[in-house]
Amino acid sequence: MEKACVTPNLVTPNKPVIFDANVCNGCNRCVEVCMSDVFMPNPEKGKPPIILYPDECFYGGCCVKECPLHDKGAIRLNWPLMQRVRWKRKETGEHFRVGMLNPPPPNTRPPA
Amino acid sequence: MSQGKNVGIGMPLKWPYPIRYREETEVSADVLVLGGGLAGCFAAISAARKGLKVVLVDKSCTIHSGAAGTGIDHWMGCPANPASKITPEQYTLSPTETFRGGYSNVIATYIMARDSYDVLLELEKMGMKVRDTEDEFKGADFRDEKTKLLFAYDYENKHCVRIWGTGMKPALYRECKRLGVNIYERTMVTSLLTEGGKQGARVVGATAVNTRTGEFYIFKAKASVLCMCTPERLWIFSTEWTGLVGRDGPPTNAGDGHAMAWRAGAEFTMMERSDHEEWGGSTGIGSMMFSSGSSFATWYPCSIVDANGKEIPWVDTEGKPIPTISQRTHPAPGQDFFSLVLGGGEGGTSSVPHLIPDLAERIKKGEFALPLYADLPGMPQHERRAIFGLMVGQEGHTWAVYRNLTHAGFDPDKDLLQVYELAPAPPGWRRLRYGGLAHDWDLKTNLDGLYAAGQQIFDGCGASHACSTGRWAGNKAAEYAMRADKPVLSREQVDSEKARVYLPIERSDGIEWKELESGIAKVMQDYCGDTKTEELMNIGLKSFSEIKQAEASTLCARNPHELMRTLEVLDILTCCEIIIHASLARKASNRWLSFERLDYPEDDPPQWRKWVTLKLEDNEVKVDELSLDYYGSLKESYEAHKK
Ligand SMILES: Cc1cc2nc3c(=O)[nH]c(=O)nc-3n(C[C@H](O)[C@H](O)[C@H](O)COP(=O)(O)OP(=O)(O)OC[C@H]3O[C@@H](n4cnc5c(N)ncnc54)[C@H](O)[C@@H]3O)c2cc1C
Ligand code: SF4
Ligand code: SF4
Repeated sequence: MEKACVTPNLVTPNKPVIFDANVCNGCNRCVEVCMSDVFMPNPEKGKPPIILYPDECFYGGCCVKECPLHDKGAIRLNWPLMQRVRWKRKETGEHFRVGMLNPPPPNTRPPA
Repeated sequence: MSQGKNVGIGMPLKWPYPIRYREETEVSADVLVLGGGLAGCFAAISAARKGLKVVLVDKSCTIHSGAAGTGIDHWMGCPANPASKITPEQYTLSPTETFRGGYSNVIATYIMARDSYDVLLELEKMGMKVRDTEDEFKGADFRDEKTKLLFAYDYENKHCVRIWGTGMKPALYRECKRLGVNIYERTMVTSLLTEGGKQGARVVGATAVNTRTGEFYIFKAKASVLCMCTPERLWIFSTEWTGLVGRDGPPTNAGDGHAMAWRAGAEFTMMERSDHEEWGGSTGIGSMMFSSGSSFATWYPCSIVDANGKEIPWVDTEGKPIPTISQRTHPAPGQDFFSLVLGGGEGGTSSVPHLIPDLAERIKKGEFALPLYADLPGMPQHERRAIFGLMVGQEGHTWAVYRNLTHAGFDPDKDLLQVYELAPAPPGWRRLRYGGLAHDWDLKTNLDGLYAAGQQIFDGCGASHACSTGRWAGNKAAEYAMRADKPVLSREQVDSEKARVYLPIERSDGIEWKELESGIAKVMQDYCGDTKTEELMNIGLKSFSEIKQAEASTLCARNPHELMRTLEVLDILTCCEIIIHASLARKASNRWLSFERLDYPEDDPPQWRKWVTLKLEDNEVKVDELSLDYYGSLKESYEAHKK
């Protein structure tokens, strides 16, 4: 049998998603539903998948959506810094940004 | 919180899947569907319903593959719904809508206009939500109270439906499974097989390679339906922008379908049309376009204000000022109906009311202060919730956009989201706009046994178009399969394709796919960019033929995933060659096709009012033409072929 090997690419940005190793159970559902096959299963069973091809991520979040533990934070979509948008509160003129320290409290209203 | 270190950085990892390069599996089918996006799934479903043996091959994972894999929000071109005030004929031939000076695929548009409501009801049966059953939008101007359908853009004429499209691919995937469609995922089709291995002969199957194991597949079928969408990575490439900088399509849509059909001798048209990128300056080109403020598409008809809260005025489709929010969604008396036409191009974005076109100049003169913001709090409550909550929530990428923004504290009732889309894209950043396979009323190509649907065919765009044409092509392919002779493969053709496919894994020192892809993009920007001439494009073709002999013949891949990307880039190269050949063949500028030739500046002269078609014959490019009205009579042809 022939062999193939690989080293993850060092490109930036290189973390399209962030796993919480304390929550993720390594079920690899996210690996199976990733449209670009960005991940590979972790060789260590029960551990979060490995991000192999971060530059091929489409940022659609199917991996997060299909993760049975996404609401517990096992995996979250991590927008690159250049894409972290800003907003301004209309009444007060305060400025905010995705990724800022001390963000406002989350808005918990679900989508329609 | 532990962030899960990038375990592998710096140390080689063992490939996680078994390697089976060159091992063969042969599969036969009555109908072979190539590509598992919207069109492909619908083609498979309609063929399977006829009781045939259907095989579907998808490079990605079918539950979320393709351009609609992460969701969609608009069901366009649906004039047959009960609340619509326009007819499918009006929709198809409307000069400000789809018809575009006659450079429109009238056959496919009409099939969509006639069938898309019925297709929507089928999707509803499969479990996708299509109406406001909870009455959250009761009383909204865009809701039809009887059907509970919600509409977008033109609330008067109601032909574009707002839907819960994140459920579309999962529903189609489940239905394929339920009907016993045999799905091969993570399997990249690499070539079409023809009778006797001859170019231009009947298509009798396809070859493929598994993108995890490298295993080789030989598919044999009586009829095939090609549904691999349009190439997305032609003029622009960077690994540091998201999604390999497909403007909005996923990286898997690399033009493989175009390339393999070309090599098999299939006929193409509209390949000379490309548009300059509109949204180059938005937050990370492409995939993030719905996460920032906008007045367009998903965000339509959101008000935009400047840094001091001053509202940016809107104009109607004729450029007249419209002061009220409601005028953005109602045509003025005597005006044509409107909706955003995805394939719009010239007259496309202006086919709906929009912000003043001279906004950039007026900002420079000091009339408006930057930055601009989307004023969701200033929108009526139903509109606000529909934009941010329904559309942002269901459109591609936006399930995650809604989640990320709300988690970060964004509140549409209180907050103004910044607009980033003002900066134009750099020169030469273009995008193929819908060139594809030519076809007849059966959605059959010039090759026997080969049908096509979705954005694989010319001038195809949008979910309702893909689903409606997919369903149609699947039926027609099934009918053909029921009467067709047994397919016979040419072993010689299979062997030569097999040799081609595995070359990159046999080499060890050469270039890798990314370098080739950036090189191709540069050639396209330089020699087939915003303005074109004979001399420039000939240099472009010469560059490609040199690159094929030199750099591309050294391509290396280290595993099946990289092999997939490598084969994709070779297909991208082929697509670029088709585009240049098509652009050389049209010796006239044409605003409808966003096609500017410096050496033939006259716009759309009468002798060039036709489709230019091209195909390979004995490996030579053969240019031909087709009259713009080749579709014949609408209703009669539709009825005759519907059966
Ligand atoms: C972000 C986004 C939002 C959109 N929103 C809307 C909207 O709101 N309304 C609307 O009408 N339209 C929308 N569209 C457009 C719509 O999604 C597409 O027009 C539609 O999906 C095209 O369908 P298709 O079947 O032709 O191609 P796709 O659905 O893209 O399917 C192509 C399939 O081919 C497969 N494939 C490719 N190459 C190979 C190969 N070599 N071998 C095997 N399989 C292969 C892919 O994996 C994929 O499954 C949106 C598109 C995007 C990207
Ligand atoms: S992130 Fe979620 S889906 Fe992925 S392996 Fe962990 S638990 Fe499973
Ligand atoms: S966001 Fe999409 S492309 Fe990116 S890793 Fe998740 S599933 Fe894959």
